[in-house]
Amino acid sequence: MEMLSGGDMLVRSLQDQGVEYVFGYPGGSALHIYDAIFRNKAVKHILVRHEQAATHAADGFARVTGKAGVVLVTSGPGATNAITGIATAYMDSIPMVVISGQVPSEKIGEDAFQETDMVGVSRPIVKHSFLVKDAAEIPEIVKKAFYIAETGRPGPVVIDVPKDVTSPAETFPYEYPKKVKIRSYFPAEKGHSGQIKKAVQLLLEARRPVIYSGGGVVLGDASKQLRELARKLNYPVTNTLMGLGAFPGTDKQFLGMLGMHGTFEANTAMHHADVILAIGARFDDRVTNTPEKFCPGAKIIHIDIDPASISKTIQADIPIVGSVQSVLSEMLELLAQSKESPDEQALADWWQQIEDWRGRHGLYTKNRFEETGQIKPQEVIQALHEVTGGDAIITSDVGQHQMFTAQYYHFNRPRQWVNSGGLGTMGFGLPAAMGAQFAERDQQVVCVTGEGSIQMCIQELSTCTQYHLPVKIICLNNQALGMVRQWQDLHYDGRYSESLYEESLPDFEKLMEAYGHVGIKVTERSELKSKLEECFAMKDRVVFMDIYVDQSEHVYPMQVAPNGAMRDMWLSKTERT
Amino acid sequence: MSEKQSKRIISLLMENAPGALSRVVGLFSQRGYNIETLNVAPTDDASLSRLTLTTIGSEHNIEQITKNLNKLIDVVKLVDLTEGSHIERELMLVKVKATGALREEVKRCVDIFRGQIVDVTSTVYTIQIVGASDKLDAFVQAVSDAQILEVVRSGVSGIARGEKVLSL
Ligand SMILES: Cc1ncc(C[n+]2csc(CCOP(=O)(O)OP(=O)(O)O)c2C)c(N)n1
Ligand SMILES: [Mg+2]
Repeated sequence: MEMLSGGDMLVRSLQDQGVEYVFGYPGGSALHIYDAIFRNKAVKHILVRHEQAATHAADGFARVTGKAGVVLVTSGPGATNAITGIATAYMDSIPMVVISGQVPSEKIGEDAFQETDMVGVSRPIVKHSFLVKDAAEIPEIVKKAFYIAETGRPGPVVIDVPKDVTSPAETFPYEYPKKVKIRSYFPAEKGHSGQIKKAVQLLLEARRPVIYSGGGVVLGDASKQLRELARKLNYPVTNTLMGLGAFPGTDKQFLGMLGMHGTFEANTAMHHADVILAIGARFDDRVTNTPEKFCPGAKIIHIDIDPASISKTIQADIPIVGSVQSVLSEMLELLAQSKESPDEQALADWWQQIEDWRGRHGLYTKNRFEETGQIKPQEVIQALHEVTGGDAIITSDVGQHQMFTAQYYHFNRPRQWVNSGGLGTMGFGLPAAMGAQFAERDQQVVCVTGEGSIQMCIQELSTCTQYHLPVKIICLNNQALGMVRQWQDLHYDGRYSESLYEESLPDFEKLMEAYGHVGIKVTERSELKSKLEECFAMKDRVVFMDIYVDQSEHVYPMQVAPNGAMRDMWLSKTERT
Repeated sequence: MSEKQSKRIISLLMENAPGALSRVVGLFSQRGYNIETLNVAPTDDASLSRLTLTTIGSEHNIEQITKNLNKLIDVVKLVDLTEGSHIERELMLVKVKATGALREEVKRCVDIFRGQIVDVTSTVYTIQIVGASDKLDAFVQAVSDAQILEVVRSGVSGIARGEKVLSL
């Protein structure tokens, strides 16, 4: 058997696991590992400029490929810098393996230089973690880490590796395990057949059905089954922020996103539904509005791979624990065999009602934003959709620009939309775009951002230079922490406490130049399209579009809170449902 | 959700490994739930620990907690003993100042509660009592005339009645 040091075993295990990229940043406790990386030819290390960006890049890679993203950081500050990105991945159930260097075993607990209890600090935001005690365990721990991260409800796994364990001084027989078994871990696969039968029966009896599908459909690669089911039944579909793309955004059966900034038709249809089929969605508080007022007349079927997600905030009438792909396939089979079909008249009336809502206040039937002469953020996203043919992989940061992108860039395929939904992490967009670009070298990758968010990981422009990542950055520059400002308008009588920068923004064009990129400033509506075209014509460059948009714009619809139901919304600054 | 609160005894088997206990306890502290009693020791299989804890919560809270405990990779099996008939035991050691007439009275109390005096000095009794938690509470109440110097309780451990077992 081959004899390898701990550090070499770690990197070889990654190679044998099929890992192509590791996003990381070196430091003292990780140096043996970095030496092993230097000597390994298969695993490519990507040097970011901040460990937070390493985790977001790995996360972006994971969201686009479905495979675990891999991160390597040193102990202490390297590990703590990674925490925000681990929490981001955890909240959105993204598979990730984070390897952190640790001080030598015998120094743990002595407040050694750059010692942080990484297993302790990360505990509430990981699916699982390992502290390596013995180099011989490394291959098995790596195998287990990937298995745990990628199966069931995915999530981040931390492997904390004390420096002595990776020492080149000692070697061990190396073999990468072919299989793992963990006696306490059996991710759900097939759903309960009896429950699935009941669900199909209830679906067939529905008169006002809505399919509410979430990020689980993307993560569980069940977009095909979702589409088939929706087509077969001709039921309306709404997606959560995390589920966008799982059902085509341009489809007639699609009601748009639901929730806080969901469409009028999606939220209103949910409110009046008699049967809701929730698939891989978790009834997040940004979706349900006040739980006590949530969809009063609806019977709820809830399919999720995580039993703890079911009946957590909203009681399910028919809970089904299983992989969404497997459960939907079984439902499709039952439907194919069934002689019954939904009540045609009821469904026609329901669609009539929905079309009426859509016609009255639909987001896309007319421009929901008023003309002020300034560039509107919504029309930037519409233009972006046009110029990219609706085909780009879009990452976003967090704020108004994120919601406008979710509303106006009609995602037609899963894994096309990459955003931090659960944690809402500003700074996510650019590094996630880098990860996405590594995953899909030939695709156009775009990061939609705000002048606030972009400054939280702007150092990554340098990483883009080093690895020739031609991502396009569309900055909706409203010269404000727009989403904060919006809330201050709505709830604090326009007292803009610390949401304005007072003329302190950098000159982004010059900044781009300094990094070796291209910056284009747009202030005139008339130039918007042509400048965007100019941007996307520069295939192999990073281009930063600094687009000055109307600062006063709010994101609408916006559900009324607190104490509102799904259907209670502001539709503009003056209209309320 | 303002549901009725009740006391639960949750018993689980987990990997006898560092970090496992902190993950279990972390689930409670993260949600602001209190663990009333906690008791952990290895089982006949040294790779497994049996952990028993009592907590107070609503039906909904307890369901969430048990689902999340089950999700922990280190937790192998779990049972909410309060859902079926079960045996609940706790061990208590009490040090009581016992002089003069009180000496006899305390002794009588210990007998009534089927406890044992496991250590004696001229002024102090150390008493051991085993039973369900409310019996231990009752004993402490009963000897409250004497001066209680120290109370140590093991926390509840429990087991289901009949054929039901919690094992691999
Ligand atoms: C790391 C982090 N800090 C603070 C927040 C709170 N927050 C949410 S949106 C927002 C404003 C974002 O401003 P910008 O990036 O310019 O986007 P805009 O809303 O203006 O489009 C803030 C501060 C957050 N989500 N993340
Ligand atoms: Mg802004």
